[in-house]
Amino acid sequence: MHPVLRTVLQRLGLGVLTLIVVSVVIFSSLELLPGGYAENILGQGATPETVANFKKELGLDRPAYVRYFEWIGGVAQGDFGASYSGVGGTNKREVAHVIAPRLYNTFFLAILTAIIAVPLSLFLGVMAALYRNSWYDRIVNAVTLTTIAAPEFLIAYLLMLLFALKWKWFPSLSTVGETTPFFEHLYRAALPAITLTLVIVAHMMRMTRAALINLLASPYMEMAKLKGVPAREAIVKHALPNAWAPIATVVAFNLAYLVVGVVIVEVVYVYPGIGQLMVDSVSSRDMPVVQACALIFAATYILLNLSADVVSIITNPRLLHPK
Amino acid sequence: MTAQAPDIRSVRARRTFWENAKRTLASAPFSAWFGMVIILIYAICAIFAPWIAPYGEADVVGKAYLPASAEFWLGTDQIGRDLFSRLIYGARNTIGIALITTMLSFLVGGTLGVLTALMRGWLDQGVSRIVDAFLAIPVLIFSLMLLAVFGKVQFFMEHRWVLLVIILGLLDSTRVFRLARATAMNVVVMDYVESAKLRGENMRWIIFREVLPNILPPLITEFGLRFCFVFLTISALSFLGVGMQPPTADWGSMLAENKTLINFPAVGFPWIRKPFYPAIAIALLTVAINFVVDWVLHKTSGLRDEH
Repeated sequence: MHPVLRTVLQRLGLGVLTLIVVSVVIFSSLELLPGGYAENILGQGATPETVANFKKELGLDRPAYVRYFEWIGGVAQGDFGASYSGVGGTNKREVAHVIAPRLYNTFFLAILTAIIAVPLSLFLGVMAALYRNSWYDRIVNAVTLTTIAAPEFLIAYLLMLLFALKWKWFPSLSTVGETTPFFEHLYRAALPAITLTLVIVAHMMRMTRAALINLLASPYMEMAKLKGVPAREAIVKHALPNAWAPIATVVAFNLAYLVVGVVIVEVVYVYPGIGQLMVDSVSSRDMPVVQACALIFAATYILLNLSADVVSIITNPRLLHPK
Repeated sequence: MTAQAPDIRSVRARRTFWENAKRTLASAPFSAWFGMVIILIYAICAIFAPWIAPYGEADVVGKAYLPASAEFWLGTDQIGRDLFSRLIYGARNTIGIALITTMLSFLVGGTLGVLTALMRGWLDQGVSRIVDAFLAIPVLIFSLMLLAVFGKVQFFMEHRWVLLVIILGLLDSTRVFRLARATAMNVVVMDYVESAKLRGENMRWIIFREVLPNILPPLITEFGLRFCFVFLTISALSFLGVGMQPPTADWGSMLAENKTLINFPAVGFPWIRKPFYPAIAIALLTVAINFVVDWVLHKTSGLRDEH
């Protein structure tokens, strides 16, 4: 088998394994609850019969491993079980139905951010690396160090104050529904997207710059320069093939960071995404929804890191041309 | 025998610790000085909060939403508590809890990291694989889930901060473990560790006298960064309403409580709108710590990416 293919398959296998372990961790954390879920919800005054009935309705009376395999089997088919919020009532809510529109909104926001942030930060990073120690580099450095240290909510509220309250370019709250037309959605999601962009561009730009500067200092770049290769060709032909791996890692790392940033930004702008859903469910202790959200977040995180690994393997010239 | 050995000390006196400290500080750039001064101010606020703050932490002292005045320097919040006093108490609560959490995570992560580097074998394999699984879940997401699970336990409802310290400390210790293990790995293969082992020193001696002093510099700078991270996570959780609970003054929850005031123009001297006070308090501390850590990193590791 080609060594690249083998390494990629190994990495994928490892990723699947991690996903399984993470799902076990997420599932079993609920089992840790002292006193059990039903007793906690129903309170001290509940009779044993009420507790037993409640458990039976939720299916909590069966052993944990059975429930785990049922849960994970359902998840594999896109079924996350029933939300606790409708238990006992007539309108039982499926977790998948609750999550689906939210998930669409969050991915909409994340993809919008990625489309703006990735090219912008790569451009800024390459420029900073090329003109390092110039005034441009210094300004970009100082600005990014500050935005990295500033918490998301400060940036979010500052932008809200300027763009929504002072100049009234964008709405201050990003309320969207299922019937919101595409461009209206785009307009309403603009402010959260700009906030997230500001947060991750700083990271990405600094890491791109560092990765490129490392490469530009290597002997073969010196050689290319001495040979008389034009600067642009030296970068495209000599530096870039080696830079793909670190750049892919940078991009994936920061898109994974979006997973966390999105929670806070969604709450600030009241954007109906999965992050806000998770926070709400934590407050109301709707465990199936919390688990589903945690699993989706973790899976996204793992997949992004995995794809960075794969990109860095398949762009590695040493692996592509084995001796 | 009688030949007088030249007294080396007389040639050039050794610098004392304070002289060294002074020289190092004198070479610090402006950004590092700025950071250190800010951190000092925060520390003073946190330690002497009851003496500095004009009013109590949870005292209702006036009407709600009063503008800034000579009586209430930054105005009052949604139920009429003095915002300035709460900001100062917030320094004590938020920084204190973040500090305890970071110490816990270094205690657990650092000890485990050094121990696994020394012992290797199945312990190392087991702990490393568990840590790998934990690293695959973002801290904020995992802590949200754990807060949902343990939030209704009677003890934690009364002492919310203990729950935050335990959850974030343990989750963060996985990150510390990775660094401690990696740096300790380079040290445990050194000859002096080997000779200590052959000398028959016990594990405690080897960890605390041989390995720990040699991995301390990277761990100290990491402490600053981990503290920032924990501090921001606690603030974020409190802002989301699942961290610190009222009436405890905490910058994250203060931001959430005052967020509707963003629409009201500030009246009175510091013309900043009210929700920004706690937010700026958080941002300023993280910026300050980052500046100092940046400088220390530059000094200790010669980590210069220029040229």
